[in-house]
Amino acid sequence: MAATRDITSLKQLVLGRKDVQDLTDEEAELPPDLMTINMGPSHPAMHGTVRIVLTVDGEKIVKGDVQPGYLHRCFEKESEHATYTQVFPYTDRLNYVSPMLNNVGWAMAVEKLMGLTTSIPRRAEYIRVIVGEISRITDHLTCIGASAMELGAFSVFLFFLKAREWLYELLEKVSGARLTHSYVRIGGVVKDLPEGFGDELSYNLDQIEKVIVEVEGLLNANKIFRDRMAGIGAISKEDAIATGCVGPIARSAGVDYDVRKDYPYSVYPELEFDVPVASTGDCLDRYLVRMEELKQSIRILRQCIQQIPGGAIMVDDPRVALPPKRDTYNTIESMIRHFKHIVDGIKVPAGEAYTFIEGGNGELGFYVAADGTGRPYKAYVRSPSFVHLSTAERLITGHFIADVVPIFGMINMIGGECDK
Amino acid sequence: MSQKVLDALKATHGGAIDHTESQLGDEIAWVKRESLLAVATWLKNDPAMLFDAPVFATAIDRLDWRPVGVPLVQHWNETKPRFEMAWQLRSQKHRHRVRIKCALPEHDARCPSLSGLWPAFNWQERETFDMYGIHFDGHPDLRRIYLYEEFVGYPLRKDYPKEKRQPLVRRDDLPINPIKAADREHK
Repeated sequence: MAATRDITSLKQLVLGRKDVQDLTDEEAELPPDLMTINMGPSHPAMHGTVRIVLTVDGEKIVKGDVQPGYLHRCFEKESEHATYTQVFPYTDRLNYVSPMLNNVGWAMAVEKLMGLTTSIPRRAEYIRVIVGEISRITDHLTCIGASAMELGAFSVFLFFLKAREWLYELLEKVSGARLTHSYVRIGGVVKDLPEGFGDELSYNLDQIEKVIVEVEGLLNANKIFRDRMAGIGAISKEDAIATGCVGPIARSAGVDYDVRKDYPYSVYPELEFDVPVASTGDCLDRYLVRMEELKQSIRILRQCIQQIPGGAIMVDDPRVALPPKRDTYNTIESMIRHFKHIVDGIKVPAGEAYTFIEGGNGELGFYVAADGTGRPYKAYVRSPSFVHLSTAERLITGHFIADVVPIFGMINMIGGECDK
Repeated sequence: MSQKVLDALKATHGGAIDHTESQLGDEIAWVKRESLLAVATWLKNDPAMLFDAPVFATAIDRLDWRPVGVPLVQHWNETKPRFEMAWQLRSQKHRHRVRIKCALPEHDARCPSLSGLWPAFNWQERETFDMYGIHFDGHPDLRRIYLYEEFVGYPLRKDYPKEKRQPLVRRDDLPINPIKAADREHK
């Protein structure tokens, strides 16, 4: 009976009927062989689907071969066969947590090729900034919420997803779709903001600020959360630059780089906001930088609501703008123009350009080569998730298996964007 | 914007640069393949250049390059190199950017790897190898990244049909769609 068995016999049982004193030093050690473990592709803590083949020494990770590609949907090949406008739905599905930012990035890439960058109406630029910053907030809310849940703070996940849902509902009113908006068009946006949008947004931002205060109270001084995050997955400033890190990950390591400030585009020069930069580059700093960026995005949105001008939402250029529906149904010229637009696509002059914006995870760029037809000759997306994921092996090496979870959460790898 | 980078490149590595151009504010330097590594090392280490941050690396397949409204001499033909490799670089300190390009012939699509200089290019060059079949000499771990090892061909090449399917597992239990089957035969 186990209960009555004394401690000596238990030891004998465990050590193969040998007493611990009788073992040599070598025998007393655990077997020194390395072990291979598959983490993913389907694993609750792997955002999206990604597989890591871990080589572990006990609990310590010696090597981690990260293998993406399970969500590859041929973004580039499909884009080469779609008209420039038809690419928007594909970009929605790149980073599906902040689709508006991808829309804006693609539109700006094509506009650069057409020389339209400076002629976009100001109201359209403001609308793009508004929906873009809302998307940045949803991106960060998802990232922090999901990471906190994986570390056991389930309430944070529910609070943040509740907040995210308010914004998704707002974007649904704007674009008609909750997640895959396809709202931005080349030369502007597809339709104007709905009635009363500003008031509703202001109300939601106030509510979200309350949620952020609540979550900061739950996490910032939480011992479990800090122990799991602080000092984990750190990266130096030099390494962050050399490995191509951008966005919150680079900024948490002390790299002062934000496209909105360093290569200003759209109406960002008119808006006042700060770029948070941390120093240690560990998971806790990534969390803190993202929290601060949430507040800065709210600040930008408040200014936009105040400053947004009236006017057109689409550039008055027959090369890119569809004719008004009334004309399409009543005049043959507009009807033909509409038809050519939809079937042949917008004719973009031959050339190539790389355009980049500050996405939810950092520099999101589109490298487009046009050949004068209505379809891109090449459309490459510089997805921050892909570059960040390539640093994952460097970050997890030397840590415990359990640390993969916060490191992965804070890398914020979005499967759709990473695998293209 | 970064014209001085191109000027400096021409001044110091005149023999290694085919030509330089500026397109819509993007600076592009065409580098000869044999001196690519030397030029890249200089770009990274020279204090006036200091291109410490990699942005992206990808290739373009020029097989179907017949742009509208462009003279016929610029169209692609068999005498021209089919692939071009592009690496975009950024300097964190000087805030300038440059794209270095390298032309690669169809039957010898290989070039030196820049992943030793900028670790971020490790995966991006793997991606380019996966999609375009360009070999990178000196790459530490050149294998497919998105697709599976058994995949035949390179999907982003222009001669790879978009409709082509290569299922890893054959599903004989699924009903055959006669139209699709005939379509596949045709291809």
